[in-house]
Amino acid sequence: MNWRRHKDKFWALLTLFPSLALVGVFVYGFIGRTFFVSITDWGKGAALAENPTINVIGLGNYGQLFTGFLNARFRQSLVNAAFYSVLIIVGAIIVGLFLAILLDRQPAGESFFRTIFLYPMSLSFIVTGTIWRWLLSPGGGINRLPTFIGLPPLRFRWLSSEGSILTFNWQNLPFITGGIVAFVILTLAYRSWKSGQEKRAASMAGAALILVLWIAFGRGFTPKILPYPEEHGLNLATLGIILAAVWQYSGYTMAMFLAGLRGVSTDLREAAELDGANQFQYYTRVAIPMVKPVVLSAVIIMAHISLKMFSLIFAMTGPDNAETGHPAVLMYLKSFRANNFAVGAAIAVVLFLMASLFIVPYLVSAYRERRA
Amino acid sequence: MLSNKRIILTLIAVLTVGLLATSLTAVATSHGDSEEHLSGKLEIFHWWAGSEGPAINALMDYFKEEHPDVEVINAAVTGGSGINAKAVLKTRLLGGNPPDNFQIHAGRELIGTWVTADRMADLTSLYKEQGWMDKFPQNIIDRVSTEEGIWSVPLTIHRSNVMWYVPDKLDEWGIEVPKTWDEFLEVAPQIQENGVVPLSVGTNWTARHLWESIALAELGPEKWRAMWDGEASVWTSDAMLESWKTMDEVLQYVNEDASSLSWQQATDMLINGEAAFNIMGDWAAGYMATVKNLTPKTGFGWAASPGTEGEFMWLSDSFGLPKGAPHRENAMAWLKLVGSQKGSDVFNPKKGSISPRLDSDISKYNEYSQSAANDFRNDTLVGSMRHGVVANEGFMNDMATVMEQFLKNRNPEQAMMMMEAIAKQNGII
Repeated sequence: MNWRRHKDKFWALLTLFPSLALVGVFVYGFIGRTFFVSITDWGKGAALAENPTINVIGLGNYGQLFTGFLNARFRQSLVNAAFYSVLIIVGAIIVGLFLAILLDRQPAGESFFRTIFLYPMSLSFIVTGTIWRWLLSPGGGINRLPTFIGLPPLRFRWLSSEGSILTFNWQNLPFITGGIVAFVILTLAYRSWKSGQEKRAASMAGAALILVLWIAFGRGFTPKILPYPEEHGLNLATLGIILAAVWQYSGYTMAMFLAGLRGVSTDLREAAELDGANQFQYYTRVAIPMVKPVVLSAVIIMAHISLKMFSLIFAMTGPDNAETGHPAVLMYLKSFRANNFAVGAAIAVVLFLMASLFIVPYLVSAYRERRA
Repeated sequence: MLSNKRIILTLIAVLTVGLLATSLTAVATSHGDSEEHLSGKLEIFHWWAGSEGPAINALMDYFKEEHPDVEVINAAVTGGSGINAKAVLKTRLLGGNPPDNFQIHAGRELIGTWVTADRMADLTSLYKEQGWMDKFPQNIIDRVSTEEGIWSVPLTIHRSNVMWYVPDKLDEWGIEVPKTWDEFLEVAPQIQENGVVPLSVGTNWTARHLWESIALAELGPEKWRAMWDGEASVWTSDAMLESWKTMDEVLQYVNEDASSLSWQQATDMLINGEAAFNIMGDWAAGYMATVKNLTPKTGFGWAASPGTEGEFMWLSDSFGLPKGAPHRENAMAWLKLVGSQKGSDVFNPKKGSISPRLDSDISKYNEYSQSAANDFRNDTLVGSMRHGVVANEGFMNDMATVMEQFLKNRNPEQAMMMMEAIAKQNGII
């Protein structure tokens, strides 16, 4: 018996070995390699030599990216990436949920509309980007829509406006993060106070107070990291790109929500109707709370898609438009146009860490669920 | 068991045959290369297509006439100023598969990327053998050389510091072509009153192009050369700061939608009477003459950009020889043609550029090019930063960020500091 089990294990390992080896080399090996490149200076000017001289310089490339005054573009790209992610996730989920509710009520031609809404997902980002670049050009497409009902055309430059909103000084980023953390802690403290854990609430409030004090008085003591104030924010030129991405993926989230809504048992719906709930109440009080797990999956999937914006941005505004930049675009430019492989690798590692911020918690929870 | 053995035997047999075949081909190619009479292949890597395609085809046809047994492979990768071609070239050289010859902007763009990486062959002996040392202007030879050698053969010359306008429109508005930036700033409000944009600009790179014209006016050719030769004091001099201040003042008078316009669209504003002036390289002359069918001098006019009269800021497409080029003999024959007076005069009139040679036949060129060729021979020559003569690729890429920042906050002092920093970072000072 024992031998037999070992034999099974042996065969299992043997059949798994090729894929394990390939994944080990081509995924984890290359991740490690990229990290190594990011802590070197990779031949400096002579990056393309046959045998470039490589010196390990530690985390200098990362320091330069976050605080070097030449790398303002990286920081703007990072801020952009955050706004891209948040707005695309929120946009795709709201639009997708709305479409799913419409289809859940089984209108005539439901399967036809389902296909129509889902169809954009099958396009590649390059195609979406090209179509939307035309639609969003300053003198045509979307901007001409109002003229069909006799209004003057819109003048908004979807992809090239220079304005930005929600701007903040990069110098203040530690304080802004501190403020957000203090707010979160305070909310948690309030919740524990309400649920009767007064001691816990008090210590949390204390921590929040320290943070607030630091924000209020710490500014004078914190050394300036940048010689010039550097404003970053939500660039209006990114709105066009966000619009295109939401258009492409809201059909996908719609399909996820529709599956969730169809999974809600008809008994529940009938019970709600018997209790006198109207359609609006049914969805807000019964159906949507039931599909909460779908929201989590949708967030995870949309989050990592929103980090793969390279081709969409490249097609819509080109590589040189820093207003709509993304770390992925900058990584390409640094590595393959400026021949600065080490800095390019450092940006790649930052992107990788951002992606794992979304993926790792998801994997952990999925793994726990399976064990339970 | 028997079948296993057979499989192994077959494998060995296949491998041996494969190895033999590869070594045989290798022998065959090396044999072909060593022959005196030119035959075999010649792969020419470049980014000329569209309206510039006929020029390179004419030059290739000329080469085929001279060497009928050579099979010329036209490896064009399209995309403005080589944006795609340069990426493909990098993968090919890094992958150990260099073309026989490739187009590259003459100067630091080549030297900073490929010569420092030890990937190029020295062409000094070719220059000496062909007697080119006094056929090209000294400034050009200086810029394509380092102490270790000469690295490419220039084929074209374009001028960066040109101000374009439409003569009839200027008469209509009653304004003269400004000779200095101060004159421009004086006349600009007057132009604006007519509802016309005084100066049209396009995307980021055209703003950098504009800056180099302004900087040349503020610094003068001596300091401009010195700063690229590593003279650190120029980078933080008053004249440098002045160039950014002037840039800031000039930017008050440009079109609002600059960042979404290509250089052609910026030129179109001029032709349509929406803008009075435009600073662009003289490929704009080719665009206006051939695409827009305008006559030089009457349809469009030109002058040196304000404050740079008598100075010629040049850039050049050239060909270099990578180490390990598979058909070296043929590549050398191609370079000889590229550097010759004949080759130059076959190619340039069709492309709308002028010849880098001092003895080219001016009568073959159109009216704009003739005037440019005269200036080229008489003016003080300085190399262009934006187009890779004096700045390496790393600097050019970082400069885009500096300009982006400047267009956003218009802080001349910060721009100057950033320029100094990227010059240090990219090994210029």
